[in-house]
Formats: sequence, structure tokens, C-alpha cells
Amino acid sequence: MDKSVSPQNSLVSVRHLTFTRGDTKIFDDISMEFERGKITAIMGPSGTGKTTLLKLIGGQLFPNQGIINIDNKNVHQLRRADLYSLRKRMGMLFQSGALLTDMNVYDNVAFPLREHTHLPESMIRTLVLMKLQAVGLRGARNLMPNELSGGMARRVALARAIALDPMMIMYDEPFTGQDPISKGALVHLIKSLNNTLGLTSIMVSHDVQETTAIADYIYVISGGKIVGQGTPQEIKQSTSEWVQQFMTGAADGPVHFHYPAKDYVDDLLSSGKRY
Amino acid sequence: MQHTNTQDTLVGLFVAAGIAGLFFLSMQVSNLSSFTEHDSYTITARFENSGGLKVKSPVSAAGVKIGQVTGIRFDPKTYQSVVSLSIDVQYNNLPEDTTASIFTAGLLGEQYVSLEPGGSDDFLKNGGNIEITQSAIILEKAIGQFLFKSAEEKAEGKKK
Amino acid sequence: MMIEFLQTLGKNTRASFTKLGRATFFLIQTVSGTASVLPRPRLLLKQMYSVGVLSFLIITISGLFVGMVLGLQGYYTLSDFGAEETLGVMVAASLVRELGPVVSALLFAGRAGSALTAEIGLMKATEQLSGMEMMAVDPIKRIISPRFLAGLLSMPLLAALFSAVGIIGGQLVGSGLLGVDEGAYWSQMQANIDFQDDIINGVLKSLVFGFVTSWIALFEGYDSVPTSEGVSRATTRTVVNSAFSILGLDFILTALMFGDD
Ligand SMILES: Nc1ncnc2c1ncn2[C@@H]1O[C@H](COP(=O)(O)OP(=O)(O)OP(=O)(O)O)[C@@H](O)[C@H]1O
Ligand SMILES: [Mg+2]
Repeated sequence: MDKSVSPQNSLVSVRHLTFTRGDTKIFDDISMEFERGKITAIMGPSGTGKTTLLKLIGGQLFPNQGIINIDNKNVHQLRRADLYSLRKRMGMLFQSGALLTDMNVYDNVAFPLREHTHLPESMIRTLVLMKLQAVGLRGARNLMPNELSGGMARRVALARAIALDPMMIMYDEPFTGQDPISKGALVHLIKSLNNTLGLTSIMVSHDVQETTAIADYIYVISGGKIVGQGTPQEIKQSTSEWVQQFMTGAADGPVHFHYPAKDYVDDLLSSGKRY
Repeated sequence: MQHTNTQDTLVGLFVAAGIAGLFFLSMQVSNLSSFTEHDSYTITARFENSGGLKVKSPVSAAGVKIGQVTGIRFDPKTYQSVVSLSIDVQYNNLPEDTTASIFTAGLLGEQYVSLEPGGSDDFLKNGGNIEITQSAIILEKAIGQFLFKSAEEKAEGKKK
Repeated sequence: MMIEFLQTLGKNTRASFTKLGRATFFLIQTVSGTASVLPRPRLLLKQMYSVGVLSFLIITISGLFVGMVLGLQGYYTLSDFGAEETLGVMVAASLVRELGPVVSALLFAGRAGSALTAEIGLMKATEQLSGMEMMAVDPIKRIISPRFLAGLLSMPLLAALFSAVGIIGGQLVGSGLLGVDEGAYWSQMQANIDFQDDIINGVLKSLVFGFVTSWIALFEGYDSVPTSEGVSRATTRTVVNSAFSILGLDFILTALMFGDD
């Protein structure tokens, strides 16, 4: 495999992206490439803006500077209709699942099919059951979203994200809330979707084990910058303190567990004013 | 999907009920039914004073509505009020010597034209004219009298 | 102190204007989205159920009682003048012109409007709207427009039901209980209630109220802060703003419609 990602072969490329929320710079001039047919993982501490990045790629947020190209088209300059037809070919697994609460599991998975295709109901049924089988929830088809556990909801959302057989999928923390068995199954599923369908995957995850197992390329971001990138091997052997801290899970290091705050002792000793 | 079917039925019932409500308001509550009335013929009546009579005021005979006022105009030659009455064709046997009076329904109610059939064998035809009329009671006078009377009654009641 | 006050005032004014701008833009999108609802009557039907059918009971029961009270009060007032024959006119005119459209719209805002805001707000808070966008489904067309259309269509039907039931309620009390001649009740009503001036104008009023209430309810939900507190505030704003708009618009519409009579 190539050492670096060649821009020619990338489906999604992020160039010199800067994005701010209020006064905080979430991204400060970052560039990334996501290669076709590969699984690219984004890792980083909580609150660095991984979800934000996926929303930027999906065209739901607008960058302050820089461009994001998908399939050589600038996402943020597309006309609305073109953006929507592009999104039909993008699946996204939301961190919260984002299932439609007024329909059951079956109808949730059938939703994109019914909205975008004119397939007969029998065909839809076959497709829906296939997708549900893939995530191991065929038996849960009649449950309503409020009757699902967090992990189950995430898997239904995954089935829905792949319902239209998209060209790329963005997974926002697919493994969180999964037991080791379903984690293993999901790793297998993501990998095989990638291999058999030639999907391009962008995966946000905290799970070092699973991510290094299936990702082809990894970006580690922190504090609005890319602090490390490379194949899983390279990342593991990285000498960067940032990357090492993240991979080993040490509490101390350049990345702080704490959200920026004034000194702890000072804070405790300062006046008892209520906020 | 049983659930959806019940919903559909209920929505259907709701819409039907709403439309029935609108229909009820149009036909039973408002005067729309009098517009859609069958054929009618027009006769005129001259009054010394037509009082508060309006276009669309009812025309009745023996207490039953048989038509409505379609026009009121002032005749500058005779200084009379010329009232056009549109009468349902099914009542085409009003004698020529029918009298028309303007009455008030209740004390403060609206005014209407009351027709009292005479004894002639000839009937009024389209464009015909009613000769004998009795004008409206002037409402202000009646109210004055009524208030005066009731005030007097109350005063007497207090004395006792 | 003064400066601070002026600053707050200026800030609030600006906030209201930007909100009005967002609301207008939202309305334009919603209305143009209704075109895509028509080929899918099922979406509309489902919303007619939650907006219309579920408001049916509260509207008809309230209508009945309002009509009965009108019959009672009207009778007491009119019988002082010996004019109880005109009870029907009084009951029908009050209901058809004012109380029907206004009270049913207020009830509608409380029953259906608040529910719409909460529903949309929660959909936003749980990323359902955002998720839909990512599935290339426009939430305005798929979620907002059908609800808007359902509100718009249900309101005149509900108002008509309110008035109709109220007029019957007035008759039950008036002639059933108090002895007003039944024939007079109806015939006086028919002679004095004009189809064009009263019935059509009443329906127009309720269409306007349905439009405004649905707009406010949906916009407040769509524009809410996506947290439980934000949604609950938005729900309150829906009821309050709808009530103000309904009453204010009613005054304007009455002046325009019945002014030169
Ligand atoms: N709607 C918003 N308005 C303002 N700030 C926001 C908003 N959403 C997120 N943020 C901020 O943007 C930053 C990045 O948020 P984001 O959700 O992208 O983090 P993340 O990397 O996905 O974290 P996690 O791993 O916990 O999901 C956070 O610091 C957050 O405070
Ligand atoms: Mg996140």
C-alpha cells in the first residue's frame, strides 16, 4: 500500500479547512485525503470536532475557509438539487442514531428506499430484511426506536445508512455502546462492505483496537490540527507524543482530559459566587 | 396495516363532519338556501313608508315565507317607496286584491312584508302590482312608547 | 443605566427582526414545499389525523357549551326587550363571525399547535431532521409542509364544526329549555345571516388563523434550541404568540370585513 494518500485517487479531499464556532477555532487550516475504496479513520479526543468534520463533509455546515471536494465537486458550491443527489450516494451513521421515532425499525430502514426509489413493496421488503440481517436485527423489525437499546439503535441506523448502497459511508463512532460480540460483528461488517462493494468509508472512532484493525489510513486530530497520520502501523510506531498519548490512553500528556479552564485550586478557592 | 386503516377512516369521518358543518352553516343558518330557490316571479308594492325594510327581507303569507324583497326604490313622482317582491312560482295563485303590510318580527326584530290574500278570482302575475298596502310602523315611536310604558309600570311597581 | 437599557432594547429589536426574517424564509420554503405533498396524500392524511381528528373532541364539546351559554345569556338580555325571537340571530352571528373562528383557533393553538412545536423541536434535538437531510430528504418538504397543509385545512373544518354545534347548543337551550319558538329561532337566523358576509368571511378568518397558527407552531419548533428546555420554551412561545396573533388579526379582519356594514 502507498505510504501517503495520492490526491488523484481520493474521493473526498479536504483542503486548508478552517472552521470556527463563535470564538473557538474548531479547525485551523487542515487538509486531508480520503481514498476511494479504503477505510480512513479519524481519531481524536472528545470535543475536537470529529462530528463537526463529518457535517462539513456532508454539506450541513459551511467552512470559514478552505474547500471540501467530493468526487471532484466542491460540496459547498453545489446547487441544492445537486447536493441532494450527492447525498443520496453518501450514507451517514449519526452518533445518536437519529432514527425517526414515529416509525418502527423496519420502516426506518425502508425510509430512504421509499423516499428515493419507486421499488415495489416486495422488493423493499427483501432489501430491508437483508440490511437488518447484516446488522443482526432482523428479529427486531417491529420494535419502535424507543424500545431499542443505544447499541441496537446504532445498528439500525447503520442498516439504514447502507440501505441505498451508497458510494461512501461516514460512521460517527460505530462501536460505542456495543458489546464485544457486536463490536466484532460490526468490524467484520464494515470491512466486508468495504471489500465487497468497494465503498469508501470515513470512520470516526475512539476504539484504538478496532480502528487499527480495519482502517487503511488514520488521521489523529487534536486542538484543530492534525497531530498524526499514517497507516495503523505507522501510527502505532509514531514518535509523536500526541499520538502516543492517544493510542495508549495516558491521562497526562500534550492532550488534556480537561476542557480548558482556569487553575483548579484557584477555582476552588475563589469566591463562592453562584453561577 | 390495521392501524393506518382506522386512521384513514377517522380522518375521512372528520373531513365529512367538517364539510357537513359548513353545509349546515350555509343552508340551515344563512340565507344561501333562498338564493338557490326555484323559479320565482316579481310583483311590486307601493308603500308610503317602507321603514327598515331591506333587500332580502322575507315576504310571508299567513306566517310562512314565500319569497323575498329584491329591490326598494324611491319614486320621485309619487314620493312613495316602490318595493319589488320576488315570490316563489309555486305560490302563483295570489289574488289581485292581496294586501301587503310591513310588520316587525318581535319588537326589535327585522321587518318583513306580510301578504294577506283577498277574494278576487284573478291572480297576480309577473310584473303585477299590489294596490292595497299598509306602511311600516315607525320603530322609534314604538320603542318610545314601550320604554315609557315599562318605566311607568316599574314606577308603579315600586310604589306598591 | 440608560445606555444599558438602550443597548438591550437595540439587541432585542435586532433579534426580533432576524427572527422574523428566518420565519419568513421558513414560510416561503414551507409553502413551496406543499406542492410536493399533493402527490403523496398519505403524508397529509397522517397529519390530518393528529392535527384534525385529535382536536375534534375538544372543539365540538367547547362549541356546544359556548353555544349553550350564548343561548342562555342571549335569552336573558333579549327577553328584557321582548326580542327573544331573535335569539337565533344573536347566537349564530356571534358564533359564525367571531367566536367560532377565534375560540376554535385558540383551542387549536393549545391542542395541536403546542404538540406540533414539541414534536418538531424534539425531532431537531434528536438529530432526526439533520439525519433526514443527510439522507437527501428535505425535512421541510417531508415533515413541515404536510403538517402545515393539515393545519391549514383542518382549521376551517374545526371552526365550522364549532359554530354548527354551538348553534345547535343555543337552540337546545333557547327553545328546549327557555321556550323560544323553534321556527322563529331558525327563520330569523336564516333571514339575517348572510352567506357571503357572514359564513364566507368566517371561513376566511379561520383559514387565516389556521395559516398563522400552523406557521408559528412549526417555525417555533424548527427554530427551537435543541434541548429539553429549549423545546419547552418554544412550546410556550407557540401558545402565547398564536393567541396574540389570532386576537390581533381578528380585530383587523373584523374591521376589514364587517366595517362598512
Ligand atoms: N451547535 C454547536 N454550537 C456551538 N458549538 C458547538 C456546537 N456543536 C458542537 N460545538 C462545539 O464544537 C466542538 C466540537 O464538537 P464535536 O461534536 O464535533 O466533537 P467530537 O469530536 O465529535 O466529540 P465526541 O468525540 O465527544 O463526539 C465542541 O467543543 C463543541 O463544544
Ligand atoms: Mg462526535
